[in-house]
This record gives sequence, C-alpha cells and structure tokens, in this order.
Amino acid sequence: MSDTAIPTAMPKPIAGPVIWLRANLFANPLNAIMTVLVVWFLVMSLPALLDWLLLDAVFQADSVRECRAAGSGACWAFIGEKHRLILFGLYPYEEQWRPLLVVLLLIAMAGVSCLRRFWTKWLAPMWIATLVVVGILMWGGVLGLSYVENARWGGLPLTMILAFVAIAVAFPLGVLLALGRRSNLPAIRAICTIYIELVRGVPAVSLLFMASVMLPLLLPEGMNIDKLLRAQIALIVYASAYLAEVVRGGLQSLSKGQYEAADALGLTYWQKQRLIILPQALRITIPPLVNTLITVFKDTSLVVIIGLYDLMNAAKASFVDPAWRGSSIEAYVFVSLIYFAFCFFMSKYSQSIEKRLAQSQNR
Amino acid sequence: MKYRHLAAVLGAACGTLAALPALAGPTLDAVKARGEIVCGVNTGVAGFSAPDSRGEWKGIDVDVCRAAAAALFGDAKKVKYVGLTAAQRFTALQSGEIDVLSRNTTGTLSRDTSLGLNFIAPNFYDGQGFIVAKKLGVKSAKELNGATVCVQQGTTTELNLADYGRANKISFKPVVIEKVEETVATFFSGRCDAFTSDTSQLAATRATAATNADDYVILPEVISKEPLGPMVRHGDDQWFDLVKWSLMAMLEAEEYGITTANVDDMLKSNDPNVKRILGVTEGMGKALGVSEKWAYNIVKQVGNYGESFDRNVGANSPLKLERGLNALWTKGGLMYGWPIR
Repeated sequence: MSDTAIPTAMPKPIAGPVIWLRANLFANPLNAIMTVLVVWFLVMSLPALLDWLLLDAVFQADSVRECRAAGSGACWAFIGEKHRLILFGLYPYEEQWRPLLVVLLLIAMAGVSCLRRFWTKWLAPMWIATLVVVGILMWGGVLGLSYVENARWGGLPLTMILAFVAIAVAFPLGVLLALGRRSNLPAIRAICTIYIELVRGVPAVSLLFMASVMLPLLLPEGMNIDKLLRAQIALIVYASAYLAEVVRGGLQSLSKGQYEAADALGLTYWQKQRLIILPQALRITIPPLVNTLITVFKDTSLVVIIGLYDLMNAAKASFVDPAWRGSSIEAYVFVSLIYFAFCFFMSKYSQSIEKRLAQSQNR
Repeated sequence: MKYRHLAAVLGAACGTLAALPALAGPTLDAVKARGEIVCGVNTGVAGFSAPDSRGEWKGIDVDVCRAAAAALFGDAKKVKYVGLTAAQRFTALQSGEIDVLSRNTTGTLSRDTSLGLNFIAPNFYDGQGFIVAKKLGVKSAKELNGATVCVQQGTTTELNLADYGRANKISFKPVVIEKVEETVATFFSGRCDAFTSDTSQLAATRATAATNADDYVILPEVISKEPLGPMVRHGDDQWFDLVKWSLMAMLEAEEYGITTANVDDMLKSNDPNVKRILGVTEGMGKALGVSEKWAYNIVKQVGNYGESFDRNVGANSPLKLERGLNALWTKGGLMYGWPIR
C-alpha cells in the first residue's frame, strides 16, 4: 500500500500579519530600527497628546483660572467663549449670521466648482452672482440690512474673501502675464517680465507693507484707498506673478508642433491660445496651480502685519483678554484646524484631478 | 526677525517721507461732517485696547476716543476703530486715515517734532522694569550681566534695554519675540532669566500668568519713562483742544467725585467747579465748540478717569494694577486735571 506522500510540513504561508509585518516593517535592519523608533515615538507622544486634547481638557469654565484648576489639559472653554470673535472678528455681534451665511455660500460655491458637471459657461456668471450676494451680505445697507463698513469685517469670511478674490482676479491676470512673457512683441514681453520678476523678487510681506504704509503717503491728502482694498490689491499682485510662472511652465511643456499645427490651421493668435494651447497647458499645470492657490490661501494671514482681523489676527486678538491669558495654544490649534481643513481639501482635490489626467494620458 | 528689519527700513523711509507733506486740515469739521471719530488703537493689548468676546473694543485707550465722541456728538458709540500695528500707527495718523491715535504710544521729542504729531497729555504713566524668578536671588537689574532677557520686538522696550545695557556696561542676551503673550509664556517656561516690559505689564503678568506670583520679583530699577497718551496731527488746534479737554474732563470729574452713578445728582451741586464742568454754568461747551452737556455726556457714558482705570486695568479688572503714578495728584500720583474754567 503506497499512499500518496503526505507533506511533512505545511507550505509557508504567503499572507498573514506576520508576513506583512516582516515585508513592510522589518524588511532590513534599517527598516526595523525605523519601525521601532516610530512606534516608540507614538507610544511616548500619543497618550500625552490625547490627555491634553480630550481626557484632561476642560470644556466648561468662566476664566482661564477655573480652567487650569479643573484640569491640566487644553482649555476648550476658551474656544467656547471666543469662537465668534475668532471666526467673525469685529463684525457686529447681532449681525454675525451674515458672515456665517457668506462662509457657507463660498464653501458651497467652491464645492460646486470642483464638480466637473458644473464646468460650463455658467460657472463664471454664477461666481459673479455669488460675489455680489457676498458683498450685499457683508456690507448691507440695502434690503433692510444694516450697513457694516469693511473695517469691521474679520475672521474666516475675511480670509476667504481675500483668498477667493485674489485667486479669481490673479488667475486670468497670471495667464495674460504668462502669454505676454512669451509674446513676440518686445515691449509687452519686457513689461510682463519686469512685472513678474519684480513681484517675485520681494516677499509678500513687503508688498503688503508697501500697499498699506507707503501708498497712503504717496497719494494726495484726503485721498484714502480703503485698507482692505489695498491689502486685496497687494495679494492679487503677488498671486498673479506666481501664477504667471506656473502657467508659463505649462506653455513651455507643449511641443512646438502644437503651435505650428494651430498656425497651419489659420487660427488667429487668440483662437490658437483659447482652443489649442491653454486647454492643454492649464491641464498640465493643475498640480502646481493648486499648490500656488494653497500658498495664497495661507498667505492671506500675512495681513496680520497691517492690522486686518483675518482668521489669524482675530485668533491673536482673542487670547489678549486678561481673563483668558495663556490660552494661545488652544487658539492656534483651533485656527490651524480650520486652515488645515481648507488646504487638505484643496490638496486632495488636486490629487484626484491628477489621477484623472493620468487616465486620459494613458489611453 | 526678517519682518522686523523690513519694518525698520520702511519705517525709516516713512519718517523721511513724512517730513514732506505739511498736513494741516480742519479735522474737527471733517469729523463733524462724517458723524464719527476714526480712532487708531492697538490691535490688542489687554486693558488698553482689545476687542472683547463680542468684538467690541474695550480699554483705557479706547475710552479716550469714546470720551471725545461723547463730548462732540453726545454719543460715545460714534467711533470707528482702526486696529494698527506699531509700524503703521504714525503713517495712519499722518496720512489722515485716522483722526486721533490712542494706542499706548509714548510721547517723545522726535515724535512730537519730526513726525509732525502733537502729543496731547498722558492717560497712563508707565516705565520699563524687569521681572525675574525669585530663586535666581537677583536683587537689582545691575546683577543681570550675561542674563538672557525676554523682550517684545519693535517697541521702545527693546531700545531701552540696549541703552541701559550700554550705560551700565551690562551685556544682556535679548530673546526677541513678536507677541506679548508669547513673550510671557516664554519667560515662564524658563527660557529667559528675566523679562523686561513696562512695569504695569509686569505686574499684570505676575498676577495672572504666573502659577505662583510669589515665585517672581519685580526688580526696583525703572529704566525708562513712558508717558502714554493720545496724539493728533500738527496744526489742528481745535481738534487737539477737543481731545485734550475730553481727557481733562475725565480727570476733573474724578477729582470732584463725579461718577457715572451720581452725575445726575451732581447737576444740583452748589460747587462752582462742578457746575462749570457739567455745564450747569454755561460757557465751557461754547468755548470748545460743542454742546454744554459735553462733560456730562463723558461722565455719563464713559465715566471719570478713575472709573475707566478700575474697569480696564485696575481693581475691577483681571489685571489688578495699582494706581501708582496714575493716581490723582491729590493722592500722590501724577494725574493732574487742568482747571475747567
């Protein structure tokens, strides 16, 4: 009787937690050391962080003293007390539903703009209509809304308005500058090059400074350009120069054949740009474009130095209150979460566009 | 640090430019036509000017503007506040963006002359000092040779520290930080041996931020004089008068015991001084070009100087500052209201 040979040992498993661990975390001595270090770091830091954020945190208190007496963690009661100042700055307290509506509206419009289904000719008019509604809500003075001068705007709506308007105006300007820099007309090329290099050559802070401190002295007395408008212009100037260089990168990456084919079809300059060149160039530059947009969004916080109460500055104003002294960490954590939410969304969105782009290229 | 250098360069450039336009204008008429005072304040210093949780401006500097609005319009709310950084404050006033600068600003000769501004009168006397941990055993600022000192950037504080070091041959290692709050946190974390700022600030810091106030001592040396007060542009005398006497009315009201609570009863007072202040005896308002009820409105809506002090920085506030130099002259301080007559 000869039985079929029974294997003396099971074949080695090719999957399972141990295998996965060995392949991914302990593949070689260096990996093993790194893994141990990371685990050690997490074990050391996470419990303390969790304690601070939640377990030892205080959610109900009337002053920072009560907070510190009640627990050693974060004093979230501070955010409970000051969240409206941080989110809406100096906007009149009773009217703060208006900036809240503005924030929701802008977020909704940004979300809509991200969906391909809405990339039609109606998108631009919809944005213009949205900005008009935003203006009416923020300023008021019509439809029974009380007038609120823009010196009192602040917080998240101000940050969003500064960023959105800067992006919306700087983007077409940047495209024009990029085209101008590659133009065959020497005068236009020189102007665009000088503008881009000049603006890129100085920090954003100094642009804001020029706009807010130097400009009023150079203007005739009595002629005051609004502080918010000055900051907005500085941000547009700054963003447009950077966007121009990103777009130029896209223009240069197109093969010469595309330009020549367009010329051979007998298209005019603007037809060529609109139908052949820009659609391809802009598609290639989406990741660096979004990168620049994220930068612009965060750079709006530089208006701190000219005393506008954007999200960052409102947060700084919130922990000046002597009754809540020493709550700066809570305030910074709160606003960084807001900034993070916006930037993370933008970055995820750019990744999804990149994937879609890769698909069309692989076909 | 980068920003600070930039600010210094631009600030210097602004100073040069500022000498050029001779700014003179009937601010009073412009303010009346506008219906509100545009008041430049600090973007946030506890007790002096800072927005509260509802976004309303509160503070002893804010009260100066409120008093002027109460005198001019009979309504302390008719003020538009512009938050200004240290670098912006003088340009904003010179260019006419604001009518009055009430932003814990020290009056100095160069500011009064070459910047083309007029310092009105101090509403707060301060001076720079040092605070150290008691366990260091330091008894005098002269013993701080080689010490690391936390200091807020962009203020005269930083310059005073350097001056004091040079004059006394002491070498400090300054740790320069942008925000007051962060400077304080840095000091209490033990990063610096000493922390230098205005003594009012130090007292408030010790009272509120320290875990145990007795662990820290404020050294006896006061190394600078800081008369803080409102400023207006040169050549604007009527407007200057209005802001100045609004402040004086608050001081006089305290001296004669007129408070928000008793101001209506005081209208019946027989004291000729009180009668003149509150406009029962007419003439003072006419001379200033405002309603005879000007000082009554100030006291009714803003309060006298003592009330403003207590509410914002003194006993009734979390800062709990002593009156010290800011007590009335009758009580050993320097606050001296000029006679309203």
